[in-house]
Amino acid sequence: MNGFQLFLQQLAVICRKEILAIWKDKATRLIIVVPCVILGFLFGYAANYNLEDAPYALLDQSHSRESADLAAAIEATPFFHRHVTLQNASQIGRYLDDGEVVMAVSIPPDFASRLAKGETAPVQVITDGRNTMIAGQASSYTARIISRYNARRTGRRSPVTVQTRTWFNPNQTTRWFFLPGIIGLLSFAQVFLLSGLSVAREREEGTFEQILVAPVAPQVILIGKAVPPLIVGFIQCTILFLISRLWFQVPFAGSVVTFYVAIFFYVLSSTGLGLTLSSISKNMQQVLVYVIVTMIPMALLSGIITPVSNMPDFLQILTYADPLRFGLELIRRIYLEGLTLGQLAWNFVPLIVIAAVSLSTAGYMFRHNLS
Amino acid sequence: MNGFLRRMKALIHKEFLQLSRDSSSLLLGIALPIALILIIGYGISLDIRNIPTAVVLEDASPKAQDVVSFVNGSAYFSPTYVTSFREAEAMLLNRDVRVIIDVPPDFTSKLATGEATLRVVLDGVEAATAMSTQGYIESAVSSWLLRQPGAGSGARIALESRMWYNDANSSTWFFLPGLIMIIVTIIGIMLTAIVMAREWERGTFESLFVTPVRPMELVLAKIVPYFCVALLGVFICLFLSRFLFEVPVVGSLAVLLGLTMIYLMVALGIGLVISTVTKSQFLACQSSMLVSFLPSVVLSGFVFDLRSTPVVVQIIGNVLPFSHYLTCLRSLFLSGTNAGLLLKQGGLLLLYGVFFIGAAFTMTRKKVE
Amino acid sequence: MEEYIIRAEQLNKVFPLKKGQTVEALKSLDLTVKQGGLTAIIGPDGAGKTTFMRLVAGLMRPTGGRLTVLGLDSVQGAGEIQTRISYMPQKFGLYEDLTVQENMDLYADLHGVPAQTRPARFDKLLTMMGLERFTGRLAGKLSGGMKQKLGLACTLVRSPELLLLDEPTVGVDPLSRRELWEILKEFVRDENLTVLVNTAYMNEAALCGQVYVLHKGALLAHGTPDDLRAIAAGRCYSCTPPPGEPTRILQAHLIDDTDHVVDAVPKGGDVHFILQEGVASAPYLDAHGIAARPVASDLEDGFMVLLHRAETEILPPVEEGDDVLDKGGRPTDKVSITVRDLVKKFGDFTAVAHTSFEVHEGEVFGLLGPNGAGKTTTFKMLCGLLPATSGFLSVAGVDLHVARTQARANVGYVAQKFSLYGNLTVRDNLEFFAGIYGLPPKRRRERIGQVVREFFLEDRLDMRAGDLPGGYKQRLSMACALMHEPKILFLDEPTSGIDPLTRRNFWRQITSLAAKGTTIIITTHFMEEAEYCDRFMIQDNGRMLAIGAPSEIRRQLGREGADMDDIFMAIVEQARAKGEGPA
Repeated sequence: MNGFQLFLQQLAVICRKEILAIWKDKATRLIIVVPCVILGFLFGYAANYNLEDAPYALLDQSHSRESADLAAAIEATPFFHRHVTLQNASQIGRYLDDGEVVMAVSIPPDFASRLAKGETAPVQVITDGRNTMIAGQASSYTARIISRYNARRTGRRSPVTVQTRTWFNPNQTTRWFFLPGIIGLLSFAQVFLLSGLSVAREREEGTFEQILVAPVAPQVILIGKAVPPLIVGFIQCTILFLISRLWFQVPFAGSVVTFYVAIFFYVLSSTGLGLTLSSISKNMQQVLVYVIVTMIPMALLSGIITPVSNMPDFLQILTYADPLRFGLELIRRIYLEGLTLGQLAWNFVPLIVIAAVSLSTAGYMFRHNLS
Repeated sequence: MNGFLRRMKALIHKEFLQLSRDSSSLLLGIALPIALILIIGYGISLDIRNIPTAVVLEDASPKAQDVVSFVNGSAYFSPTYVTSFREAEAMLLNRDVRVIIDVPPDFTSKLATGEATLRVVLDGVEAATAMSTQGYIESAVSSWLLRQPGAGSGARIALESRMWYNDANSSTWFFLPGLIMIIVTIIGIMLTAIVMAREWERGTFESLFVTPVRPMELVLAKIVPYFCVALLGVFICLFLSRFLFEVPVVGSLAVLLGLTMIYLMVALGIGLVISTVTKSQFLACQSSMLVSFLPSVVLSGFVFDLRSTPVVVQIIGNVLPFSHYLTCLRSLFLSGTNAGLLLKQGGLLLLYGVFFIGAAFTMTRKKVE
Repeated sequence: MEEYIIRAEQLNKVFPLKKGQTVEALKSLDLTVKQGGLTAIIGPDGAGKTTFMRLVAGLMRPTGGRLTVLGLDSVQGAGEIQTRISYMPQKFGLYEDLTVQENMDLYADLHGVPAQTRPARFDKLLTMMGLERFTGRLAGKLSGGMKQKLGLACTLVRSPELLLLDEPTVGVDPLSRRELWEILKEFVRDENLTVLVNTAYMNEAALCGQVYVLHKGALLAHGTPDDLRAIAAGRCYSCTPPPGEPTRILQAHLIDDTDHVVDAVPKGGDVHFILQEGVASAPYLDAHGIAARPVASDLEDGFMVLLHRAETEILPPVEEGDDVLDKGGRPTDKVSITVRDLVKKFGDFTAVAHTSFEVHEGEVFGLLGPNGAGKTTTFKMLCGLLPATSGFLSVAGVDLHVARTQARANVGYVAQKFSLYGNLTVRDNLEFFAGIYGLPPKRRRERIGQVVREFFLEDRLDMRAGDLPGGYKQRLSMACALMHEPKILFLDEPTSGIDPLTRRNFWRQITSLAAKGTTIIITTHFMEEAEYCDRFMIQDNGRMLAIGAPSEIRRQLGREGADMDDIFMAIVEQARAKGEGPA
């Protein structure tokens, strides 16, 4: 048997062992598939910056046909539903404060009379600034509703129409943005933790020495350790991809091959980071701590919650070490924009660098972190 | 009783020694809050600034220049003037710009007849940014229109928008309370789950069981140190958010701390239950990540508002304890001590706490089967 | 006041297995322990010894029957029992990140030991355990035996009404073991302590007043050590192997002859054996003209006779060629391991100091020493798991730590604790190791078939390795390590915690391997096992104290025929007395 055949054979048995070790344990098997499906659905619904059927409070002091019309116009949109009709202004505080409504619309008593006199009739919209995102949207949606309502009422179009087209996402559905992100984020959490625990667990159980004594090249051990997280990552990405495509019907603009190439490098770099943590940790508790301490900042800096371009320069530089940033961007752009590998080539560079550096560190540390 | 106090003292002393030996747990209590607060304070902002914008002036008349003049000197936009629409499209594709504002050649002529259009093309990948950008442009154009001679007359409804509880209109104010919730959740649930699971896994409990120690004492002794670590994290957060980012605490600080302690009991209880069920560090890690940490970020209202989700998701979000604590925190930070809300949510949290701590007590038996 | 401290009547314990199957860990057990004195429970793996301890400690509920401890029902009174007794589980749950002192303080606090009596008690315990200089050391940094002693110290922070010890001396060297038993006897004498102990060491059981022999959950016999000794009386003999032949060869011949011989072990340079009932002599000895002298029986003889009587599935003799033992059997001149001036330092602590030796091909070489002597460190350097600080090291011609991967193909390794994949089946584990040792597919199947037969694993191939009984685990570890027929086999305390029957079988395998030319390096805490070795080395405080064949070392000490435990203790004590006391 020549060296290469031996290499392949050892690789095959190590991979088989690693996969069996995960697969034979019912609890682990469940943990890999079930939460991924459940969280995929839940997060898919929750991850949304759009207002959908949000509760608002109406304070109509005008009690006129005009004010009823305006309320109807607001409620005719899919954005709001009236949660409560208020009797006086002092009630606004209570509902807004308790978070029962996202905004209160207050129509003053002289609303109808001002309109009749041909004057400008002010309408107050009070939003809950504790959630700036929702507050901003509530007021901008209401502004749009009112200007449309104005145009309809007067029959006079505004002299300038702003004609808006939105590429890749005509309805500006934020879920479209988040779902590809969730594919990356959920699988990252699992892959990172799984690879992080792998070596630490064998060290704690004493089986790692057994492998180190065998005639196995460190590369083989490394690849063996990387394969199960890779497979788990692929499975989870596929599950989440199907949920996003079939259930939430987010249109897929790219090619499946490109998508999986991106997933491969993304999961590989995540695995590398996980294995590096694993190889420097003394026990599983440390791994958990390191995983949390690194994962949350990585997720925050990934641009999934807020765009990277909004960050100050020094944090933007930090994001170059964050596989999530590039991974999520790759997945999203392939998914939504349908970009090709050629167009995205530069985005792969940080991932490949992260994977190469972290995997070689881990491989080195396997043997040198013994005593 | 004397024996109880003596044993508690011994066990708690032991926990603190162990904490001090493995500095990695203190990383969670100290380094993580600091890192997160800095990232959130400086890095995470929903408030759009300097959107790279391509402006195409196909009509070079003063009117045309004036209608898009809002992009100059605005904090929101960072404009680049290009000569053709195709060039702007190429920039959008390359992500050099996120939005195109195009003034068509016939803008001035059509303005007279009231049929002028302004073309706006947005990159919809980051849909939230696109939404906000569209809002800014629309409001800028309507205020331009109002400034035009002859405008502003006639019966129309004007919108007066006001935002309560966030004078600075800053998303840091929005995220910071959530951060405290996340930190308490992580330390309370994940760290506790794994340290308790380690005792089961390493068999240290078998020896402890055959001493006068009562199961309740073992559980209590685990609670106390991690309670302190989590509180330390909370104090760091409060301190930094107050003095570095000037986020106010409008409500009562005492109530805030009281509620935090109640929520901590909930989190610790969940962590203890997870460890007692799994009795393995590996599974405790995985399951606490999946049932606590990820949902606490996504299904709590930390980032996404639950009020815009389907009923099922809202119910699940409300069954989980995370959103209740977060609602209280946000109120206390930004809107004040709202007794009705706090009593309701606090009472609910107390029930959760009693339930989970009670479950941890009853599930921890001095048995090895 | 009840007369009995422990009283078990018709005690049953059934564990559920997967798919509705159950296993009976204890079958209608009747057992009593009286106030004061030592009671031992002995028995092979799976006899139910640990289960019984846990039942007594109130950590489990009996399935049937009655168990009273200190006059209390073991279920209803569990809380009170746990307050009044002390229990040292097999693996004492020390907090590895606490120091020796902190561990002891914790237990003293939990038991409510008053502050004024504490210093005296701690001093006494620490001195007895030889831990007085290590109070500030983290428990995790102690050697295995010292951990065990610390566990006992934690258990003895106060005088309980009943002390339960579950195999307290597994992995503890004879010196420490003797000290431990001295301590126990002293406590029994001074404080009228009642002790129930599970043990695998027959010479420890011999120190107890009452001995219960359990087997597969049932009681085989009980009585005083003398009662049990009497079972084998009149059937025990001793014979001397021909000059120049390793004792283990003659021992192997005898033990293989199951028709005439119940048991045979090397002892004091001779072979000690028990004849089957009604048999006058062993044909092998007659044929080779070796004389057998009748000798007195000891407790182990009685135990072996009982086990052979009860055990329906005694492992058959090892499969090997007819004349393997006679043809091979002696080490060759070829050097297979060279160690020159080996040093290992951890910081400024010298774990191994200037050690040199050679091991020849086909030799069985023992590495002995008290806990913390540097055996494990030496061993790990030999296996290539630790880099040496300085010195020359060559195993099969290469230094394993810097060697290319392939050089390791000549080496097999069995770790101290069971370290195979617990959630994989026996077959999966075998296939895994066959694969990583690079056997081609066809050869892989052959070898797996061979080792499965050699190590009697057929009936458990599809069982999860983690669920195997102890003896099977040990054989599986061997099978995996030998998969690629290594030239050198490293065994780190392979017989620790293994019962005598399984150990006989283990050593028979070793004899066969050595005869076929495999070099074997072994560490062990059963000193009598040094008798199987061609040569052994004794280390203490990282220094080499003695090296040579068992007979040579005996001769040097002028104690021919002496027990190995005594030889070992004599050497270590001599060295320590010379001022080379523990560092």
